[in-house]
Amino acid sequence: MSTRPSRLFHNMNAKIASVPMVLTAMVVFLGGSIWTVVYSFTDSKLLPREKWVGLDQYERLWGTNRWLVSIENLAIYGVLSLIFSLVIGFVLAALMDQKIRFEDVFRTIFLYPFALSFIVTGLVWQWLLNPDFGVQNVIRGIGFESFTFDPLYDADLAIYGILFAGLWQGTGLVMCLMLAGLRGIDEDIWKAARVDGIPAWKTYLFIVIPMMRPVFITTLVIITAGIVKLYDLVVAQTGGGPGIATEVPAKYVYDMMFQAQNLGQGFAASTMMLVSVIIILIPWAYLEFGGKRRG
Amino acid sequence: MADVTTNPAPRIIDGPRGRKPTRALSGRNIMIYGTLIVVALYYLLPLYVMVVTSLKGMPEIRMGNIFAPPVEITFQPWVKAWAEACTGLNCDGLSRGFWNSVQITVPSVFLSIAIASLNGYALANWRFKGANIFFTILIIGAFIPYQVMLYPIVILLREAGLYGSLTGLIIVHTIFGMPILTLLFRNYFSSVPEELFKAARVDGAGFWGIYFRIMLPMSLPIFVVAMILQVTGIWNDFLFGVVYTRPENYPMTVQLNNIVNSVQGVKEYNVNMAATLLTGLVPLIIYFISGKLFVRGIAAGAVKG
Repeated sequence: MSTRPSRLFHNMNAKIASVPMVLTAMVVFLGGSIWTVVYSFTDSKLLPREKWVGLDQYERLWGTNRWLVSIENLAIYGVLSLIFSLVIGFVLAALMDQKIRFEDVFRTIFLYPFALSFIVTGLVWQWLLNPDFGVQNVIRGIGFESFTFDPLYDADLAIYGILFAGLWQGTGLVMCLMLAGLRGIDEDIWKAARVDGIPAWKTYLFIVIPMMRPVFITTLVIITAGIVKLYDLVVAQTGGGPGIATEVPAKYVYDMMFQAQNLGQGFAASTMMLVSVIIILIPWAYLEFGGKRRG
Repeated sequence: MADVTTNPAPRIIDGPRGRKPTRALSGRNIMIYGTLIVVALYYLLPLYVMVVTSLKGMPEIRMGNIFAPPVEITFQPWVKAWAEACTGLNCDGLSRGFWNSVQITVPSVFLSIAIASLNGYALANWRFKGANIFFTILIIGAFIPYQVMLYPIVILLREAGLYGSLTGLIIVHTIFGMPILTLLFRNYFSSVPEELFKAARVDGAGFWGIYFRIMLPMSLPIFVVAMILQVTGIWNDFLFGVVYTRPENYPMTVQLNNIVNSVQGVKEYNVNMAATLLTGLVPLIIYFISGKLFVRGIAAGAVKG
């Protein structure tokens, strides 16, 4: 032991192996985030520069119509996709949990969209919702001449068209997580409920779902983290249009940084995204880890 | 309950428990299977439409309905999508994007798995002071929106002279794959019995010896899971591809989007759908071949912590 030169060289190989992790954590994740936040207080345009302008970028950001539309869209998409994917995912999982045959086949079908990229998803749904050839045209063709269903070309509905595609892509994952949760419920609870004559839907609503709270919370965090990142789907399906009807914050950031040469705006917008994620994550971390300490 | 949140995958794979249902046709069964089949058809519809559209000629598409099977099957759209479709000035089709994606995905997958498995191994079996702080930052980093780190990485890559190159993009994929993969490997290596590790230590094996002779051969399934996770994730990436590469290096997803959403020329929906299918083919094939391992991969990828 006494031959070791210093503590620094103790366990040296593990430290060498961890160099990439340390660099990624400290330089990219921590350093990069701090850098972006700091430079959001500058008036950087094409290149970052240290001319401090205080909160100007944020004032401009919140005075920009396109940003407000982006936030509104993300809120609509986020709330609805949370509700629908949780409800549909849970119902599907409950159906799958009825000791059915062909469970593997059904699961394969419900989950395959999740293997596809958002670009592929967006382009398929763009085609399906195409008013001249897609669903609208088919239904008009069988006699309903005045049938209108062209969400992607109607500014008020376009975000729901994206929601359609997003749900198709992501609900299978929620179903899988929920199914795992349901399988974790002790079978005796079902037996006890049956003995007491409680109908199945009541057992689900008042016993099983409260017991699955950790699964729901984890799923919630996963879906939410995905919602904030919403970008590729919009780019592929509508390109933010018609007009600015389907703009989202992530796209605002990209366009400001790499198209409009307005880095300061991009930094400010991405900082707002970071803040929103922190606001979501802190209560979750508190519930998750605070709860464990108590129990 | 605790093990449900951390490791739901085996539960799915175990399948349902208890006896098989005895009566095939009851009202309840009709309701259950009816709903599942209707939903399954809805999920399959886009795939079906992609396939039939890509096999039709343009006149047939303009006349008919998107759900109708092709009257005359043609593979011309597939040929065109692969070899002739234009993006900007290049008219060599999606094949360019495909090869770019291969060149990006293969090294990224190997590099990220090599680094992350060593990280996870160090964290599980050779913990040093402060290691957990870095690990915590790494995991928190997985939740930070990528947009926050986009530009700092541009600067780092530019300083290194790698901005716009495939190498740069490979490094980016390695960085962003690290949190989840490290977690995956750390958890897996932690579950390896400690006696085994101690016995190897007594026999004189060191850090690398134990990794290559014991951990690696014992953990092949988790390496396969990590590979599935990374191949689909990197193949499907769009944001990093568009930010960190030049047009001639664009991965397949970016090129696909440029082909389909280009404003010039007449829209050829059959070519577009063939191109879309071609891009989706790689992850789909992996998905259908790997089956339950894929489920395990995404469960591991999705359930962080």
